[in-house]
Amino acid sequence: MTTPDALEDLLRELAPQVLGVVIRRYGDFVLAEDAVQEALIAATTHWRRDGVPENPRGWLLQTAGHKLTDIHRSEQARRRRENSATVDAGLDAGPEAADTDDTLRLLFLCCHPALTPASAVALTLRAVGGLTTAEIARAFLVPEATMAQRISRAKQTLAGETFGMPSSDERAQRLLAVLKVLYLMFNEGYAATAGDDLVRVDLATEATRLTRMLAAAVPGDGEVTGLLALMLLTDARRPARTGPVGELVPLAEQHRSLWNREQIAEGVVLVTRAMAGGVVGEYQLQAAIAAAHDTASSAEQTDWKQILRLYGLLAKVVDSPVVTLNRAVAAAMVHGPAVGLELLEPLDEQLKGSYRLDAVRGHLYEMLGDDERAAEHFRRAARRTTSLPEQRYLTGKAALRRR
Amino acid sequence: MTKFLVLTRHDSELDVPPMDQWDPADMTAHLEYLTRLNDELAAKGELVEMNALAAPELAKTVSADGRSTPVITDGPFPEAKEVLAGYQLLDVESEERALEIAALVSSAPGPDGVPLRQRIEVRQVMWSRSDEM
Repeated sequence: MTTPDALEDLLRELAPQVLGVVIRRYGDFVLAEDAVQEALIAATTHWRRDGVPENPRGWLLQTAGHKLTDIHRSEQARRRRENSATVDAGLDAGPEAADTDDTLRLLFLCCHPALTPASAVALTLRAVGGLTTAEIARAFLVPEATMAQRISRAKQTLAGETFGMPSSDERAQRLLAVLKVLYLMFNEGYAATAGDDLVRVDLATEATRLTRMLAAAVPGDGEVTGLLALMLLTDARRPARTGPVGELVPLAEQHRSLWNREQIAEGVVLVTRAMAGGVVGEYQLQAAIAAAHDTASSAEQTDWKQILRLYGLLAKVVDSPVVTLNRAVAAAMVHGPAVGLELLEPLDEQLKGSYRLDAVRGHLYEMLGDDERAAEHFRRAARRTTSLPEQRYLTGKAALRRR
Repeated sequence: MTKFLVLTRHDSELDVPPMDQWDPADMTAHLEYLTRLNDELAAKGELVEMNALAAPELAKTVSADGRSTPVITDGPFPEAKEVLAGYQLLDVESEERALEIAALVSSAPGPDGVPLRQRIEVRQVMWSRSDEM
């Protein structure tokens, strides 16, 4: 007996392999993707009822082939065009290589620079992740029709693209685009804290799974390994990140016993291996920072000097106000809150109206013992945040400092 | 992706008569413009929902303390200069995109095809019920 979860896992693992074969045989990504999606939906029903077939990959290939024929036929009927070639339904399982390169080609295609990041995330979840449109829609809290339109528009944008490997010149750039899409997908999931709903697909877990697939396809790439490590090390803290009624628990107050030790161990191994490679990029540095937090036995034991050093390196790779903001916190922990507050000053222009800047100032004034200023900044941050759990947390901080 | 509510109001500060006094052709042009805009947004997967509200004359205002019979009065507060006419719920890439769409709503044609320049309010959604969709 196959449990529904194991069945889903199997289908989602096979999805990009099957799609790769279908596209390579028929050359049309748009129609092939529709056909594979229909085959996956059919498999869910049939396999759940009759059990998983002997050769699940062959079953999916054959079903996708039939669906593709159906799609072509209805297209033809619609266009009232005759004598147009029909696709041969005989997509046998064959000994054809289930090639990890297909997954990579698909990721390059779905994370194409012509797509907006949000479209790329949605398309990747469907074509590479094997999720249904309904599942993706639920994950983003939009109606299925809205998500269907978004995916269909994204596919139309890619209609003329070939299913090949980008040239070696282009490859590094395209790989960065893939990493960015996976990173966004992870953050979308990690930031969503309305987490009482078990039917929602977990975007953070899905992003980690896809990054693991990517890491298998491009072994030895420091940034890919770094991103996988970053996801594992960040996600490891998730069980401690919210309290019993969904309230936000800041890092320093989290029960470290709730952290996922296995994920931390794997993340540390990965980031260490990645950074030994020499060229150190932003994901590796972020992972190294996450590892420094995750391996501290208590908040007090945190090696802030190391973290400050890593933020210094990160600032050289990505010059962003958010990095400066985090670096200021690390500097405050090493050199005192006054130093941190000074580092924040240039951010007033760049992060104008951002609640993060107010929240960090609140914490630094709190460290200084200036309760009145701390409360003022926490209050302002609470007004400006767009996250309900954060608003509750910040309002609580403001009330505490006013006492 | 971020959700934004785009609110369109009956705006008495605008120097334009109520729509029931427009030339029918102007009204058709106005509605066609908005229909086309909404169709385009829906096709892009940016429009979650769109609703136009019935005239404010049909509105009721309810006030209750949870125990006694609720007090129900007609219409919104009579002194209100602006009442909600309709809304679009968007799910878009950025605030910039939401503002761009709001500008398209604002410039919908009015009498004689002159853009209305209605003031459109754009509000970011903070929290959604997750089991509805």
